[in-house]
Amino acid sequence: MKEFFAQFAIPHPSLLIYIAMASIVLGTIALVAVVTYFKLWGYLWREWITTVDHKKIGIMYLITALVMLFRGGVDAVMLRMQLAVPDNTFLDAQHYNEVFTTHGVVMILFMAMPFITFFFNFLVPLQIGARDVAFPRLNNLAFWLFFMGMGLFNISFVIGGSPDAGWTSYFPLAGNEFSTSVGTNYYMLSLQIAGLGTLMTGINFITTIMKMRAPGMTLFKMPMFTWSALIANLIIVFAFPVLTVALAMGTMDRLFDTKFFSIGNGGMDMLWANLFWVWGHPEVYILILPAFGIFSEVISTFARRNLYGYTSMVWSMVVISVFSFAVWTHHFFTMGQGALTNSIFSITTMAIAIPTGVKIFNWLFTLYKGKIEMTTPMLYAMHFIPLFTLGGVTGVMLAMSAADYQYHNTMFLVAHFHNVIIPGVVYAMLAGLTFYWPKMFGFMLNEKIGKATVWVMSTGFVLSFIPMYITGLDGQARRMYTYSDATGFSLLNMVSFIGAGIMTVSFLMIVWNIWYSFKNSPRNISSDPWNARGLEWATHTPIPNYNFAITPDVTDATSEAFWDSKKNGTKLFKGKIEDIHMPNNSGQPFVMAVAFFILGFAFVFSMWYLAIVGLIVILGCMAFRSLEDDHGYHIHAHEVEETEKKYAKKGGAK
Amino acid sequence: MKNLKGTLLSFMALGTMLLAGCNDKLTVLDPKGPQAQRQADDTMLLITLMGGIVITVVAILIFMLFKYRASKQSADYEPPHIHGHWLVETIMIGIPVIIVIFLSVVSVKSNYIVESTPQGFEDKEPLVIYASSSDWKWHFSYPEQGIETVNYVNFPADRPVEFKLYSFGPITSFWIPQLGGQKYAMADMVTTLNLAADNPGEFWGRNANFSGRGTAENMFDVEAMTATDFDEWVTEVHANAEPITEEKFNELLEPGHLGRSTYTGTHLEFSPAPHHEHHDDEAEEDHSSHE
Repeated sequence: MKEFFAQFAIPHPSLLIYIAMASIVLGTIALVAVVTYFKLWGYLWREWITTVDHKKIGIMYLITALVMLFRGGVDAVMLRMQLAVPDNTFLDAQHYNEVFTTHGVVMILFMAMPFITFFFNFLVPLQIGARDVAFPRLNNLAFWLFFMGMGLFNISFVIGGSPDAGWTSYFPLAGNEFSTSVGTNYYMLSLQIAGLGTLMTGINFITTIMKMRAPGMTLFKMPMFTWSALIANLIIVFAFPVLTVALAMGTMDRLFDTKFFSIGNGGMDMLWANLFWVWGHPEVYILILPAFGIFSEVISTFARRNLYGYTSMVWSMVVISVFSFAVWTHHFFTMGQGALTNSIFSITTMAIAIPTGVKIFNWLFTLYKGKIEMTTPMLYAMHFIPLFTLGGVTGVMLAMSAADYQYHNTMFLVAHFHNVIIPGVVYAMLAGLTFYWPKMFGFMLNEKIGKATVWVMSTGFVLSFIPMYITGLDGQARRMYTYSDATGFSLLNMVSFIGAGIMTVSFLMIVWNIWYSFKNSPRNISSDPWNARGLEWATHTPIPNYNFAITPDVTDATSEAFWDSKKNGTKLFKGKIEDIHMPNNSGQPFVMAVAFFILGFAFVFSMWYLAIVGLIVILGCMAFRSLEDDHGYHIHAHEVEETEKKYAKKGGAK
Repeated sequence: MKNLKGTLLSFMALGTMLLAGCNDKLTVLDPKGPQAQRQADDTMLLITLMGGIVITVVAILIFMLFKYRASKQSADYEPPHIHGHWLVETIMIGIPVIIVIFLSVVSVKSNYIVESTPQGFEDKEPLVIYASSSDWKWHFSYPEQGIETVNYVNFPADRPVEFKLYSFGPITSFWIPQLGGQKYAMADMVTTLNLAADNPGEFWGRNANFSGRGTAENMFDVEAMTATDFDEWVTEVHANAEPITEEKFNELLEPGHLGRSTYTGTHLEFSPAPHHEHHDDEAEEDHSSHE
C-alpha cells in the first residue's frame, strides 16, 4: 500500500507545489459545486461536451488556450523572478528545470496549438461558406484527445513529478539513466495523445477546405486565413507522424528499455534531435502561418483595402511550407557535422527569410492608399510588423552557422524565438480574438482597454526580451537557473523581470477587458460591426447552428466575397431555403478520449492492468462506431425560415 | 501617433542606456583568437545589415501610418483595389534574394574557416586535448604530455589546439566564447573543435547545453600561456601530481561538482574515447570502427 502511494509521490516536492496542489483541489471542488448548484451538468453534456458544431468546438479550444496561456505565463514569471537577481534561491535547480520544461511544452503545444485550432474551427467553415467541417464527429474526438493530452501533462506536477529535460527532451538526458522520475513519461504520452488529435484536425481541415467550399470559390478566391489554414494543416499531416514515431520510440526506451536513443548498445542520442526537429521546425510554421492569415484579414479590413499581392502571399506560404522541412539541422549546427552540411542548412534557413520578407512588404503595401483605422486588432498588427521583423532578422543571424556557434544555446536564441512567437503568434491570436469576439459572443470588447493593453504588452515585451539579446552576446547560456554577480548579467536580467511583470499586467488587462465588456458593452450590435470583408461576416450574430440558411454563391467575387457584395450589391444568397442536414451530437468521442487518458496515465506508471482496461474501452468505442447507424437529422425548411425571421426582426446583415 | 513616436524614442533611449551600461565589450564581441574574431566580424556585419532592414521596415510603416490614416482623409474617400505591381514585387523579392545570396557566400566561407586550423597557425602542429564532460565536470586529457586535469585547461598560446569532445552522459556543449563558438560533446561520438588564442590570457569556458541539475555550475577555467610557462607547468604536474587510476577516475565520474584537480597519465588509457569519430562531410566514414 505504501509502495503504491510512493509511486505517485512527487520526487522533488516544494512549498510552491503544495500550494498549487491545494489550489487545484479547492478550485476543482468549487467548480463542481457551482456546476451542480446551477444544475449545469446536463447543459454542459448536451451543448458542449458532445457537440459536433465547429463553432462550439472552436470555443472550447479557445478556453483551453487561454487557461494554458495563464498557466504558462505563471511559469514564465517564476523563471524571470528566479533570474532577476544573481545567486537567487527562490527556485532550486531541479524546480527551475521543471518549470522551464513545462513552460515550453505548455506554451507551444497546449497554448499556441489550440489557439490556432480555435481559429481553424471557428473561421474556416464560415470563410468558405460551409455548414460544418468534413468530419464533425472526428472534430469532437480531436478536441477531446487534445484536451486529455493537455490534462495528462498538467497533472504531472501534482502526481509523480514534472518532466525536467527541457521541452525538446533531448536524449540521453531524457532517458531513464538521467531522468529517473516519471516526468518524461508524462511528456511522451501526453504529447502523443494530443498529437493524435492534432493529426485528426489536419486531415479534417484539408478535407473541409478541398471539398466543402461554396460554389464559385476556387482555390485562388479563398480568403487568406483559409489559405494559411490549408497550408498549416498540410504541414501538420506531414510533420506530426514524425513526432508520433519519435515519441513512440522514446516511450519504448523509457518503459521497455529499448535503446533507440539511450547511451550504449547502439543507441543514437542525436537521432532523437533529428526526429524531434524534423517535426519541431515545421511546427513553428504550423503556428506562424495561421497567424499570418489572421494579420492579413485584420490589416486589409482596417486599411479598408484589398490585400496587396494576394497571389505572392499564397505562393510565399507554399514556399515556406516546403522549406520548413529542409532546415531542421540548424537546431544543431554545433553537432559537429562539418562545414558542408552546415553550409547547406545555413542557406536553406536563410532562404526562408525571402518569402517571409515578401509577406512583410505585402502588408506594408496593403496600407498604401488605404484608409487606416487604428482599432485594437489593427494596433496588434501594427506592433507586430516591426517587432516580428526584429525577430526575423535575428533569425537570419542565427542561420549563419559559423556565427551561430556563438549564439547557440544562449539567451540570444531565447530572445529570438520569443521575438518571433510573441509578436507573431500571440499578437495574431489576440488580434483575432478581439476581431472575432463580437461574432462569437455578440458584444464588442472595450476599445480603450484593448488599445492600452497592446501598448502595455509591447512595452513589457521589449523590456523582457531585448536585454536577452545583449546578455546572450555577453555569454549568458540559456536554461541556467542561476548566475554569479561577477558575470555582470544582473542589471539586464532585472530589466527582463520588470518587463515580465509589465507583460503580466497586460494579460490581466485582457481578463479585465472581457469582464468589463461583458458587463457594459451594448448587445444590439450588427452582425458586421467592423465593416469587414470575408464571408464569415455574412452570417447572423449569434451564428445559427447551420451557419448559412442558403449556401452562399461567390461566383462573381474575389477573395473578399462579402465586401464585394456590400460594395457592388451582388447577391450572395441566391435560391431558396431548403431542409438542412446536420450531424448528431455524440458522447462516444468523449468516452474514447477519457479512455485514452486512462491508457496514458497507466503507461506513465507502468500499470498494465489499467492500460488494458483503457485499451478495451478504446477498441469498444471504435467497434461500436463502425456498427452504428447514424444518419444525422434535418432542420426543416420552415424551422430555418422561422429562425431567419427572428434575426430579420433584430436587424443586421442578412 | 504622437504616442507611437514617443514610445519609439523612449525605446531607443533605453537601448542606448542599456548598451552604455555595459562598459566592457560584450564577451562574444571581444574575441581573443582567430576563430572568435571571424565570428565577431560576422556578427557585427549582421547587426549592421539587419539593423538596416529593421530601420527600412519601420520607416515604411511609419510613413504609411502617417500618410494613410483615416482621420487625415475625407469621409467619402474610397481606397482603390490594387492587385500588385510587377516592379514593386520584383524589388520586394529581389532585394531579399540579393541579401541572402551575399550572406550565403559569407556563411559558407566562415564555415570552412571556423572548421579548419585557425588562421595564422597553419604551419604549427596542433596540440590535441581531449575534453570530455561528465555530470557536471570537464575532464581534459593531454595524450602528448601524459597529464589530465579537471575543470581547468592550460595550453600554449603559440600553438593551435584541437579539442576532441565527447561526453560520459547527456549531450553537453563545449564553449569558450572569447576563443570561438561552441560544439556538442556526445556519448557515442567524438567531435573536433579547433581553437587558438592570439596571446596569453585567462578566459572562462562552460557547458552551454542543458544537461540536468548541475548545468549552471558546469564551468571551467581556461588559460593560454607562453610556451615556456606551459612547459614549466607540465613539468611541475609530472613532479607533483598523483597518477590517475581507473578507481580514481570512476570516483570523479560520480555526479556532482568538483574543484580543479590535476593528475599524471590520462583516462584514455583505460577508458578510451568513443570509437565513432564524427567526420567532416568530405572524409570517408570508417565503418570498421563500429562494433
